[in-house]
Amino acid sequence: MPFKRYVEIGRVALVNYGKEYGRLVVIVDVIDQNRALVDAPDMVRGQMNFKRLSLTDIKIDIPRVPKKKTLISAMEAADVKNKWENSSWGRKLIVQKRRASLNDFDRFKVMLAKIKRGGAIRQELAKLKKENAA
Amino acid sequence: MVVFRFHQYQVVGRALPSATDEHPKIYRMKLWATNEVRAKSKFWYFLRKLKKVKKSNGQVLAINEIFERKPTKIKNYGIWLRYQSRTGYHNMYKEYRDTTLNGAVEQMYNEMASRHRVRYHCIQIIKTATIPSKLCKRESTKQFHDSKIKFPLVFKKVRPPSRKLKTTYKASRPNLFM
Repeated sequence: MPFKRYVEIGRVALVNYGKEYGRLVVIVDVIDQNRALVDAPDMVRGQMNFKRLSLTDIKIDIPRVPKKKTLISAMEAADVKNKWENSSWGRKLIVQKRRASLNDFDRFKVMLAKIKRGGAIRQELAKLKKENAA
Repeated sequence: MVVFRFHQYQVVGRALPSATDEHPKIYRMKLWATNEVRAKSKFWYFLRKLKKVKKSNGQVLAINEIFERKPTKIKNYGIWLRYQSRTGYHNMYKEYRDTTLNGAVEQMYNEMASRHRVRYHCIQIIKTATIPSKLCKRESTKQFHDSKIKFPLVFKKVRPPSRKLKTTYKASRPNLFM
């Protein structure tokens, strides 16, 4: 299988370890085999090891080491935030975050909703079984 | 950003003024050390070898730490060093790609230790310089001088996001493909 996600200038990556965990960053330059210079609109440009990055499918069009303004405008043009939040990976992360931030009352509401959904599914299943038996 | 093991210091010192020499020459040196105390000690070590002055008849006038001017710019550093191997002294020139000089020096010490088994106290840094891309000599740094650089990450080990979540055994075989 050929590779689809490359480390290149403009690749959007997710930080998966360390202090910046969970942040979307853009690879702005490659230092050497193990490290890249990364940048995000709300952080100081810094170096990061590739071991801490998970590459995504999103890539934006930027020159080699862009100014912060160019980076922000390129990210707006490519609509990184919306693409990320609509992607399946991004949606999963949002759901995980929501579930982690529930309080007890929310968990109670979730339990009731799950029971209701289970009941509706079982009703449909019973109907289908009756049709099949007949 | 990261904590550096080696800091760059500028140490300025001279011999103590005496009856024969009212205004002794002032010497300045840039060195790498882990802290200021060690920097001063290294200063006297080098100055003793170059001039007839020791710590007992000299004084340090100033010691300042030198910080990186542009820590967000990637540079190619060339480091000239003199090191002591098991059989004698050798000179070496090494190139590193890094954002800061302190980072490059730390890389150098780590590489010398791993490749040549040379420890910190056997290495003397003769000179360091920022090399423009055209004058780099080593292929391993020149291969990153590509404005359209592109490579895949071949082996992707999934790590738990913090060391607390580390487990010895895993339920299923992890997928190493990107």
